[in-house]
Amino acid sequence: MNRQINLAQAVLEATAQCMQDDGSVYIMGLGVTDPKGVFGTTLGLEKKFGAKRVLDMPVAENGMTGIAIGSALVGMRPILTHQRIDFMLLSLDQIINNAAKWHYMFGGKMKIPIVIRLLVGRGWGQGPQHSQSLQALFAHIPGLKVVMPATPYDAKGLLVSAVEDNNPVIFIEHRWLHNTLGNVPLEKYRIPLGKAKVVKEGKDLTIISSSYTTLEAIKVAELFKNEGINIEVVDLRTIKPLDELTIIKSVKKTRRLIVIDSAWRSFSVASEILAQVAEKAYQSLKCAPVRITFPDAPTPTGWALSNHYYPQIEDIINTVKKMLKINKPQRSEKVLDKPLDVPDATFKGPF
Amino acid sequence: MKIDKKIAVFLYYHMLRIRMIEEKIAQLYAEQQMRCPVHLCIGQEAIAVGVCANLLKKDYLLSNHRSHGHYLAKGGNLKQMLAEIYGKSTGCSKGKGGSMHLVDLTVGILGTTPIVGGIIPVATGVAFGTQMKEKDNLTAVFFGDAATEEGVFFESLNFASLKKLPVLFICENNFFSVYSPLAVRQPKERDNLALVRSLGIKGSKGDGNNVFEVYALAKKAVADIRKGKGPYFLEFDTYRWREHCGPNFDNDLGYRTEEDFLKWKKKCPLDSLEDKLIKGNILSLSRIESFKRNIQAEINRAISFAKNSPYPETEEMLSDVYAK
Repeated sequence: MNRQINLAQAVLEATAQCMQDDGSVYIMGLGVTDPKGVFGTTLGLEKKFGAKRVLDMPVAENGMTGIAIGSALVGMRPILTHQRIDFMLLSLDQIINNAAKWHYMFGGKMKIPIVIRLLVGRGWGQGPQHSQSLQALFAHIPGLKVVMPATPYDAKGLLVSAVEDNNPVIFIEHRWLHNTLGNVPLEKYRIPLGKAKVVKEGKDLTIISSSYTTLEAIKVAELFKNEGINIEVVDLRTIKPLDELTIIKSVKKTRRLIVIDSAWRSFSVASEILAQVAEKAYQSLKCAPVRITFPDAPTPTGWALSNHYYPQIEDIINTVKKMLKINKPQRSEKVLDKPLDVPDATFKGPF
Repeated sequence: MKIDKKIAVFLYYHMLRIRMIEEKIAQLYAEQQMRCPVHLCIGQEAIAVGVCANLLKKDYLLSNHRSHGHYLAKGGNLKQMLAEIYGKSTGCSKGKGGSMHLVDLTVGILGTTPIVGGIIPVATGVAFGTQMKEKDNLTAVFFGDAATEEGVFFESLNFASLKKLPVLFICENNFFSVYSPLAVRQPKERDNLALVRSLGIKGSKGDGNNVFEVYALAKKAVADIRKGKGPYFLEFDTYRWREHCGPNFDNDLGYRTEEDFLKWKKKCPLDSLEDKLIKGNILSLSRIESFKRNIQAEINRAISFAKNSPYPETEEMLSDVYAK
C-alpha cells in the first residue's frame, strides 16, 4: 500500500512505535509537549505515553544531556530533542566528553544508547545562530554516530535504528524536509546505520549528497537525464560511520565526482569524502573532484545576502556541464530561478 | 558525638586502608610505571569513608578525578584499580581509563571523570533513571568546590529538586582548584547551603576531617533520601596534602603557606580518629598494628597483581569505540 506522509510525521511515527515496543524509550526536549510539538514531530506523544515518558525540560542543555546519559547508564533509552542544532552546542561537553567516550574509557563495560535529534534551519532569516550545519563537527568525534535523512521513508527507518542502537546517535533533521511527502509503510522497519543509498543509478558522474541536498541532486540528475546524461546520486543517509565502500564503488564506476554538502567548505564532510577518494580511487578519476558547499562565512540573515549564500541548483548544473565538457545551455535553468530562502512558493513564513 | 564502637572501628580501618594505599602509590609513582596522572586524596579520607559507610552495595556512586578514596570506600576492587593505574588489561577499564576513569559495576561504581562538574548531571541522570525504572537505589556523587561554579551544578540541582530525585550531592571543599584558591573563584558571601535551599534542596555543612561528623550528616541525608524526600546536598571542608596531581608536596610553589598546610596536617582525619579510639579504649595499639599488617599484605598482593598483569594488545586501542 502506498501511503504518503511527510518527514515530520514519519519521525513522529517512528518515535511512537519505538516507545510502544520498549518501555525504556523516553523523549525529552524543550517543547516536546507544547501545542506545536517540535514542528509536529512529537504531537500527541504525551497523551499516548504519559508525562513521565514525554517531558518538557528545564532550559539547561548541557545538564539535561548529562541527565539523559546518566539515565542511559541504568537502562533507559532517551531521545533528546533540540528545536535548532545551535542550542545543542551548549551540551558539547556532555556529548563529546561523556556520551561519546563512556563505552571506550571504561573498557566497554557500559553503553550510552541515546539519540539526540537536532533541527537545522535554513532561509527566512534563520541567520548565523539558527541555521548551522554541524555534521562534520560531530562526525569528527569517535564514538558518535551521525545520521542525516533525506526522505520520509529513510527518516522513519533510520530513527528506529538510531533508537535501537547502543551508541549515542546525532540525528540531524533539515527543516525544509519536514513538509516533504513520501511513501512510508505503516509498520515499523529499520534502515541500517552506516549504509549509503544509490538513489539514482548512472554511469557518467557521481553526486554524493545528504539530507536536503539530496533533493537538489535528484532534480539535477533528472534534468540531465533528458539530455541523455546519466548521473548517479548517492545519498549518504549516515555521515558517521561513512559508507566508504559505496562511495568508492560509485566513483570507480562513473569516474567523476561532485559532493554537495550543506555546510561550510573547509574541514567538511565533503572534504573528507574527497580525501577518501584521493586515497582510494584517484586513478579512476577523469577530472578533479568538486565540492559544492556553503562559503566559509556565517549565514547572513537578510534574504538579499542569504540568496547568494546557499549554492543554487544552477551551480550544480554548471559544475556538471564543466566536468562533462558540455557547452550547450541547459534549457531548464530559468525555471529554477527563485528565491532560495523559502522551501517552495507556498511558503509564507515564519518558521 | 556518640557513635557505635563497631562503626568507629570500621571507619578507622577503611580510612587507614585508603591512606596506606595512597601512600604506596605515592611511593611507587617515581618508578614511572604508573604512567598516568594521579590525584591523591591523602588528607581527605574521612569524607569518602564517612559517606560511603551509609551506602548499600546496590547504591550507585559517581565521582571526579580525585576518586581513589571514593572508589575504595564504596568497595571498589583494589587489584583492578591498581592494574588500571598501571595501564594493564586487567584494570577496571582495561587500561583505557587510568586513575581518572575508575569503574566497578559489582558495587555500583558507574564511573569517575575529570572534567570539572561534568559528572554531576550524569549522576543526577542515574537517579532519574532509577526513578523512571521504579528502583530503590540511591545515587551519590562526589565533586570538589570548583564544580559548584559550573553551570551544570545548578542545572542538575534544579532538575533533581524538580523531580525529587534520590541523589546525594557531596561537595568536598579543599579550597583549591588546581592552584586557584577559593578567594579568586567565589565571592566571600557565597553560601552553598543557601543556594541549594533556594532550589528546594536540603543541605548540611560539616567538618570533613571529622569522620564521625561526616558519618552522622550522611546518615541523616541518606535516611531522608530513602524516605523519598528528594535530593540532599552535603558540603565538607577538608584539605589536600599533596600536590594537585602527583605524589609530591608542593608548598614550595607558594600558592599556599607552609603554616596553612601544617595547620591542616595537625587536623589529620586519621590521626585524630586514632587518638580518640585509643583514648576511648576502643582500639589498642596492637590491633592497629595488626590492621596495618593485613592492609600491607593486601596492598602487596594488589601491586604484584598489577605489575605482573599483561598490557593490553595493541589492537585493543581500536576496540570498544562503539557498543554492539
